[in-house]
Amino acid sequence: MSTLVFLEHHGPVIQRGALGALAKAAQIDPEPVGVVIGSGVREAAAAAGRYGAKRVFVADDPALEAPLPQPRVDVLSSLVREQGFDTVIFAASVLSADVAGGVAARLGAGLNWDLADLQRDGDDLVGKRSALGDTVLVDVGWTSAPRLALIRSGAFDPAETGGEAPIEEIPVQLEDFSTRAEMVEQAHEEQTGPSIEEADILVTGGRGLGTPEKFSILEELAAALGGAVASTRAVVDSGWYPYPTQVGQTGKVVSPKLYIGAGVSGAIQHKVGMQTSQTIVSINKDPNAPIFDFSDLGIIGDLNDVVPKLTELVKERKAS
Amino acid sequence: MKIAVCVKEVPDPGPNRHIDPDTKRMDRSGDRSLNQFDLNAIEQALRIKDQTGDGEVVLVSMGSSRALDSMRKGLGMGADRAVLVSDDAAAGGDLVATTNVLAAALQAESPDLVLFGQQASDGDGAVLWAAVADRLRMPVISQISELEIADGQATAKRQTEFGYDKIRAPLPAVLSVADSLNEPRYPSLKGIMGAKKKPQEVKSLADVGVDPGSAGEAGSRTTVLALSPPPSRGETIKIEDDGSGAQKIFEFLLERKLV
Repeated sequence: MSTLVFLEHHGPVIQRGALGALAKAAQIDPEPVGVVIGSGVREAAAAAGRYGAKRVFVADDPALEAPLPQPRVDVLSSLVREQGFDTVIFAASVLSADVAGGVAARLGAGLNWDLADLQRDGDDLVGKRSALGDTVLVDVGWTSAPRLALIRSGAFDPAETGGEAPIEEIPVQLEDFSTRAEMVEQAHEEQTGPSIEEADILVTGGRGLGTPEKFSILEELAAALGGAVASTRAVVDSGWYPYPTQVGQTGKVVSPKLYIGAGVSGAIQHKVGMQTSQTIVSINKDPNAPIFDFSDLGIIGDLNDVVPKLTELVKERKAS
Repeated sequence: MKIAVCVKEVPDPGPNRHIDPDTKRMDRSGDRSLNQFDLNAIEQALRIKDQTGDGEVVLVSMGSSRALDSMRKGLGMGADRAVLVSDDAAAGGDLVATTNVLAAALQAESPDLVLFGQQASDGDGAVLWAAVADRLRMPVISQISELEIADGQATAKRQTEFGYDKIRAPLPAVLSVADSLNEPRYPSLKGIMGAKKKPQEVKSLADVGVDPGSAGEAGSRTTVLALSPPPSRGETIKIEDDGSGAQKIFEFLLERKLV
């Protein structure tokens, strides 16, 4: 087996998810190889050796500065073809998912996504994913090489093994259409607001709130419980609540003792950020909302009735 | 401006959705509808058409011949016509096989803009647009939460793990839109009545020039090996609020010593 891991970086730092994918790769292949694609990334590449890579390829070019997928598809596809890798692993992110999809088309290769695990079975590879709102576990395989595996974010922890990996530069040749999209303004790390990662209790508001003003009733409940207020991508995208409070794939991953979702549908984007919460309570008008599938207690009802009443009950208890 | 919107008929969410243990494919025999996330893409296409004053919105899909029933919802919203690639040899396709078919159907349309919703509610892959863009050799922008089309360019804001990027690409381009981008309109009664009369074309693989070996199961590079029940997360207690919902939550929290 010859395994390549796409090591996504942000600035000089390789993403934690990618290092986790590298740790997983080392379990199925004793000699995993990493690739870093960007501009001014030699330093980032050097770090990969400490996390289990036996060899690291680097594509370093100013044209690769912006975190856009298509130039990376060009570089990665050529590398996989030339070096004959039979397995390529990606850790899910907005960028990596687009890169993986593009490479699948370019190489005519099989891509399995949202994998919670990856196991070697002789010369074959088996991916594990849950589907249909976690109602079924699916073992997936590949019928040809290269096999592309997109791993669920946060599925594996990085393993610092120490060591140094030789670094090899690879040429950068880009397709004309790959450079047509351009970054006008790149996201900066937003200042941290209230820290939702440290709260034991999170009251989360989703689009089911209806209006941004409704967050005030969640703030009252959170205050009564001694917790913090969190949000979903949909409400952050709509400008209802600040980005640092967002839970989910493109937000924070949280696992509080108690998660209360109000008007949160439980889209996969959100779920991956909160599914390890110890106790999950949800309130939603829609009886088919996916969040009920992974809640401990679900109330089908109007949050405008339920939340203020619950706040009163908690306050009375604390006052007594 | 010609806008193609890629849509998919999916089984209705809920407890009846399942994968057929024999074929290991999604059971599509029950209640079905248009993937809800595609409605945001249709809505955006209609807004762009309104804004530019002329143009055409074409719904493009691959699925069973009955999928036209679901696509009519999009026609009812205001899309101009529907193209469905339906062929027994196209069933059970994975990402690559689906890309081969969809890209061929799109090429036949030569659109200025190809729109996708953020995910399919039955597959949750969220990778198809990137594959289709590569095959069409067009720029791609994904997960768009704000979009402006002007002067032959798309300028989009989209969320990543680090905040918001602003990306620009010349048309033709492939764009996937987040469900926060807009609020899809409901089809009007007039729209629903008129939908039946709009052009609805069913094409075979031969019609779009795709070899059956590149489509469906034959063209797939991945496979489903086994299905099993998920590890139990414990029972979900699901209660309809009859006025005592808050009390029920409160008692539950007391029981677990969370208040």
